[in-house]
Amino acid sequence: MELHSLTLHALRELIIKKEITAKDAAFAYTRRIGQVEPEVNAFLTLTPNKTIEMAERADKVISGQPEAGQPAPLLGVPLAIKDNMCTEGIKTTCASRMLENFIPPYESTATRKLMDAGYVLLGKTNMDEFAMGSSTENSAFGATKNPWDLSRIPGGSSGGSAAAVAADMCAAALGSDTGGSIRQPAACCGVVGLKPTYGRVSRYGLVAFASSLDQIGPITKDVEDCAIMMNVIGGHDPLDSTSADVALPDFTANLKDGIKGLRVGIPREYFPGYLNLPQDWKQALRLGERSYFVSPGIDKEVFAAIMEAVNALQSLGAEIKEISLPHTGHAVATYYILATSEASSNLARYDGVKYGYRAKEHEDLLDMYKRTRSEGFGPEVKRRIMLGTYALSSGYYEAYYKKAQQVRTLIKRDFDDAFKDVDIIITPTSPTPAFKLGEKTADPLQMYLSDIFTISVNLAGIPGLSLPCGMTGSNLPVGMQILGRHWGEETVLRAAYAYEQATDWHTRKPGM
Amino acid sequence: MQYEPVIGLEVHAQLKTASKIFCGCSTLFGQGPNSQTCQVCIGMPGVLPVLNKTAMDFIIKTGLAMNCAVAPYSRFARKNYFYPDLPKGYQISQYELPVCQGGYVDMAIDGETKRIGLTRIHLEEDAGKNLHEGIEGASHVDLNRTGVPLMEIVSEPDIRSASEAAEYMRKLRAILRYIDVCDGNMEEGSLRCDANVSVRPAGQREFGTRAELKNMNSFKNVQKAIEYEIKRQIAVIEDGGKVAQETRLWDANQGITLSMRGKEEAHDYRYFPEPDLVPVEVSKEWLDEIRETMPELPDAKRERFVREYGIPDYDAMVLTESRALADYYEAAAKLSGAPKQASNWIMGDVLRELKNAGVEPEECPLEPERLAGMIKLIESGVISGKIAKTVFEEIYNSRKTAEEVVAEKGLVQITDEGAIAKVIDEVMAANPHNVEQYKTGKTALLGFFVGQVMKKTGGKANPGVVNELLRKKLA
Repeated sequence: MELHSLTLHALRELIIKKEITAKDAAFAYTRRIGQVEPEVNAFLTLTPNKTIEMAERADKVISGQPEAGQPAPLLGVPLAIKDNMCTEGIKTTCASRMLENFIPPYESTATRKLMDAGYVLLGKTNMDEFAMGSSTENSAFGATKNPWDLSRIPGGSSGGSAAAVAADMCAAALGSDTGGSIRQPAACCGVVGLKPTYGRVSRYGLVAFASSLDQIGPITKDVEDCAIMMNVIGGHDPLDSTSADVALPDFTANLKDGIKGLRVGIPREYFPGYLNLPQDWKQALRLGERSYFVSPGIDKEVFAAIMEAVNALQSLGAEIKEISLPHTGHAVATYYILATSEASSNLARYDGVKYGYRAKEHEDLLDMYKRTRSEGFGPEVKRRIMLGTYALSSGYYEAYYKKAQQVRTLIKRDFDDAFKDVDIIITPTSPTPAFKLGEKTADPLQMYLSDIFTISVNLAGIPGLSLPCGMTGSNLPVGMQILGRHWGEETVLRAAYAYEQATDWHTRKPGM
Repeated sequence: MQYEPVIGLEVHAQLKTASKIFCGCSTLFGQGPNSQTCQVCIGMPGVLPVLNKTAMDFIIKTGLAMNCAVAPYSRFARKNYFYPDLPKGYQISQYELPVCQGGYVDMAIDGETKRIGLTRIHLEEDAGKNLHEGIEGASHVDLNRTGVPLMEIVSEPDIRSASEAAEYMRKLRAILRYIDVCDGNMEEGSLRCDANVSVRPAGQREFGTRAELKNMNSFKNVQKAIEYEIKRQIAVIEDGGKVAQETRLWDANQGITLSMRGKEEAHDYRYFPEPDLVPVEVSKEWLDEIRETMPELPDAKRERFVREYGIPDYDAMVLTESRALADYYEAAAKLSGAPKQASNWIMGDVLRELKNAGVEPEECPLEPERLAGMIKLIESGVISGKIAKTVFEEIYNSRKTAEEVVAEKGLVQITDEGAIAKVIDEVMAANPHNVEQYKTGKTALLGFFVGQVMKKTGGKANPGVVNELLRKKLA
């Protein structure tokens, strides 16, 4: 097996045992990037000098390390970072013309923690501009392609990170997730992605899209890698008031304890016929008619994969229960009011005054603002700024923003109630597998609906993980979403690990 | 027709914290442009605010001092607008749930207590400053002030005249300085005031249409601007016109207010809860902790001075105007054991000297110890009140004690009857004609003889003894 196709934990093992050097690993990945990046376009910035420098530093640490010593958890491990996390001295563009040449003079807390853990930076990954989108087509610097099918989208907004992991261009990556931006691309690319509990990972240095929803998380090749990454990036940060001061467990400790007796919830709203699923449901699906037990909007192959996965969980000793999330139908509308409202304010700072893009020609201050923002932002970003500005305007605030906040509380309560009866909840990650490039760009609402299963999770602030649970007939990965209670990542990871080890979806690779 | 003005003030007080409200930058005034900034207060991408706890302590202290309800749960909000001196495109302020609600301030108006209700006090960050002067074809921005903590104190429309408004401002300033949360310097902008002014026919219940006045940077200007605005509004109504709801700027040079923007041009600030900060919960323990650090406030001190030191209410009011002056007085009163004398000297000579030199009480070159030393010499009869004036001048302008001055200049009062009698004899011998006149009934000449004796003794003779002996000898 080639070095670049190893999981993070396998690669790390080789480095620590000094079977390979960190530099070997770094070269393996830079070679791999050289081969496939021209086709995938997962990176916005590659940092070859920094990569070598960091790998050499890691090797120095390893050679000076006594054999019995506890090495830093990511020593010499090459990673990719989504381009909305500030990296000191390295361009951080958010895939926007607005920040095309922005070089932050400070480091985000998440990447600083990676540094402390000894990681090696490969580069900054492509994304939808300011993390707004579900396909990475909204990047100002060209779309990323899905390594499984280059005519398809990798998902978004962390499409570059997910594609880079799937195509073995890094050992793992960081993404950010506001409404599904880690999980949906992870599903589209057949890798593991976790959006942690809101407040688990510091947002300091993450360029804000919607502050009350944004969360940084790992995109990895398997569940164990995900747990290792979480151990590094989680924890309270005095620089982020919304990062919670709760104990950070060792997410690898109980990972392999199995799921006997674990109560698994299946939401009635997504699987209306689950309790009365006919014996011959596969046959019924195959007949091509949309069957009564499949909710509209869910692709039949996705439905079948999830049903099989639920059966697998059951055979691993889990207890399956039907639950209800009665307000889930309002999640998308609620999200697009709250997220755009916050975004309209968060993106006000890009005004051409202090840094970033400024229109070359302008008549006066107001004209400078208008031209700078008209030229600097792409159409989706402008669409959301306008939506959010409208929702917050006097006379509309009560009807939109305030109402949406109230619905958000109801959605949160749905999950609280459900988690009284179950330990985790299973849904598809995305209603469809990766769609074709350009397929939904003309219809924003269709694009927004790619996130119907992931959005409510951000509104509730709970953790959600996507992992591969099947392949479609046209060889596209399908992702299953596992949701847990607030601060319940351990349980989510344990369930994911048990399922993953019982199946072999995670070992499949795109033929690149 | 008689008109009644209705006035409410919005006062911005800059808090005396060492660092800014949401980052660690210094709040030092007068530093080089943008030298007191970091990625947080400049509003770089991805940075987050962290609330300065001292700023919270200060607003809680203010709330307690002004009888407000301190909210157990308060929240920050974003006020959105575009301006180059506002780097994030929004100001972090408070909207729906401010730290302090209700409350009041009492002040003495013509011997009566007038109570001004407060609507709320909230915390917010200051903006930066646009610089235009001396720059060709461009404007620059200085963000040193961005993120300096401000408190906005909003009064109810309880104020009824321009002088009441100025008095209210003075009272607020005194309280803020007492509790040491704001230096109260209006000229430097650490205390700023906007006024909502309307007039209504006397006896009418409904308020008239109000104008908001801005740009009044001294107590005098607050009073003048409101006075002008009241007259202007009455004139508009008398002319059959209607007062427009608008924002007006005070032009101190012309002494008039000018329309800045109308109601139609008012901003829509699109307030919404600040998602980057968690709501602030003020526990009972936190409140108690602050309560313990609360100094005695001016009103309480004034009452105590009258009660404990037996000085007139007016004196007590003047002496409690600032905490430094009150502390000065109290030290002098205690050390001298003569609280009334101490009050007289401070109200008269000390305040006059301070005023002439333009110096604050805390910088008074004459410490209360040395002033008390002098008062003691008067009380024990070592020096006369007249000599004391000379001594005061000496000790105020030097580091010497009253005893040292008295010894150096031989200013000790002569009380020895023999010595004084000798001088009287000399004076009588030198003025036989006047002695004759006195004896024939011109007793008004006593003053002449006292003056002569004092002159001969260099003012050191005890006036009481001189009077008594003169009467005896002239009889």
